Amino acid sequence: MLEVTDLTHAYGQGSSGHLAVDGISLKAERGEIVSIVGPSGCGKSTVLRCVAGLLEPASGTIAVNGTPVHGTVPKGLAVVFQDYSRSLYPWLSVRDNVELPLIRTQSSRAERRAKAQQALTAVGLSDSGNRYPWQLSGGMQQRVAIARAVAFDPVLMLMDEPFGSVDAQTREDLEDLVLSLRRDRGITILLVTHDIDESVYTGDRVIVLTGAPGRVRADLPVQLPEPRDQITTKELSAFVHLRAEVGRLVRGKQATAAR
Amino acid sequence: MSHASVRKPGPALAGRLGRLPGRLGWAGRWLVLIAGVFAWQGWADGRRSVFFPPPSAILANMYHWWFSGPASHLWLTSVGSGNILPSLYRMGIALGIAIVVGLPLGIVIGRSAAVAEYLEPLMHFARSIPPVAVVTVFIVLFKLGTEMEVAFITFGIIWPILLNTIDGARTVDPLQVETARVFQLSNRQRIFKVMVPATLPKFFAGLRISVSLTLILMVVAELTGSTNGIGYLMNAASEGYNMLQLWSGVVLLGILGYVLNAATLLIEHRVLAWHRGARRLTSN
Repeated sequence: MLEVTDLTHAYGQGSSGHLAVDGISLKAERGEIVSIVGPSGCGKSTVLRCVAGLLEPASGTIAVNGTPVHGTVPKGLAVVFQDYSRSLYPWLSVRDNVELPLIRTQSSRAERRAKAQQALTAVGLSDSGNRYPWQLSGGMQQRVAIARAVAFDPVLMLMDEPFGSVDAQTREDLEDLVLSLRRDRGITILLVTHDIDESVYTGDRVIVLTGAPGRVRADLPVQLPEPRDQITTKELSAFVHLRAEVGRLVRGKQATAAR
Repeated sequence: MSHASVRKPGPALAGRLGRLPGRLGWAGRWLVLIAGVFAWQGWADGRRSVFFPPPSAILANMYHWWFSGPASHLWLTSVGSGNILPSLYRMGIALGIAIVVGLPLGIVIGRSAAVAEYLEPLMHFARSIPPVAVVTVFIVLFKLGTEMEVAFITFGIIWPILLNTIDGARTVDPLQVETARVFQLSNRQRIFKVMVPATLPKFFAGLRISVSLTLILMVVAELTGSTNGIGYLMNAASEGYNMLQLWSGVVLLGILGYVLNAATLLIEHRVLAWHRGARRLTSN
């Protein structure tokens, strides 16, 4: 489904350049949620921007369903940005924000409207279509951004620290929303996060990156029973052990340096 | 003197001044104007100067001269319709051209570095020419008449619209542009659903300046060899030392300016409702 091979990217050139990611390879199967976790500055977002086609990598290849991505946005891609307040258009109503990208897949206006309403219902905002994004709370705005991303049935959804700026309770609700969307729609999801619990709880696999430049430190399968639950899953010893291991790997570099 | 003692009265004074309009509110805005008119009336009645007629005389003159016509002519006399309407027409057309040219051109220049490099030197050269200084050039190019006047007004008023739109288009939030890219919006959507709305707040800031310039340049255009219009009447009045007519023109221009500004604000208020709403929240 998604195949990233030996991805390397540097900002700037020559000796003054900053190597952000160095030879990252990863795979995601159809319907899989792959979390990418790592310390800040490890190039998580750079990987995601390369996959989204927003950034042309210096070297390495990216393929979505066998089609190479090289600075062009792959087909069937959706992105949920961290900064929902800036990525939603404040001059459009919630419904119009969700409807806007549907012109790619749905030609009739009635179909677009129906799809948007369906997506808003799926994220629990069926009554908020006529409101404006800035009239909603942060968590609700991020739901709108998720509705916009899933409305046209993407094959691959990229999430760039999507719940970084909402409160803890909302974050848990939104994590469960992502899990249910994957279950219902079989979307492949690449989730970039700095939250270790979130990477384990939401992921089918957790990829741990090292600090600058980003390299893959570990690629761990998550074997937790489905459906996952914010309380019971998190008290399982399998969860506790895995989150400890991921935590150790994320902190690995600093721990060694301190010794 | 220390910095603290210099700065101290500042906020207190600003606070006192800031509260003033709030206390008087809507009525206060008119109170000052009405008081001014009465003061002028009393002063002018006492002096009986030919050069400063009282407001009552000016209003009476405006009524008889322009607004005492039949209802079928919108109460305009032949002098009124023959001069006020042409002026409004020139302003309307010039403003329309300035918007229709300025908004798209501004977005193109603001979004394309290449186009900006080609056009900006020319633009900054042209905009630093005071329009008044080149009236003759416009007369030569367009001959005397409405065409020349419209071209002249347009040349004078397009810059605030154009420059503000360029600035607005250049500073559109990169994330909004990236969102349009990753969701593969069509070109139409990118222009009309993203670029234009994102640019509108700055565009309106420019439009407000352009609207007030329109009035000024309309008068300037009509001072030179026009055969009708508000500016023409005022020019004729001042050449004939008819102070009552000149003051009538001044008052009419003041009213027109007020109405135009209010209309612009009203449109802006409606079109940019989202902008105020979003801004109020982020400033909290």
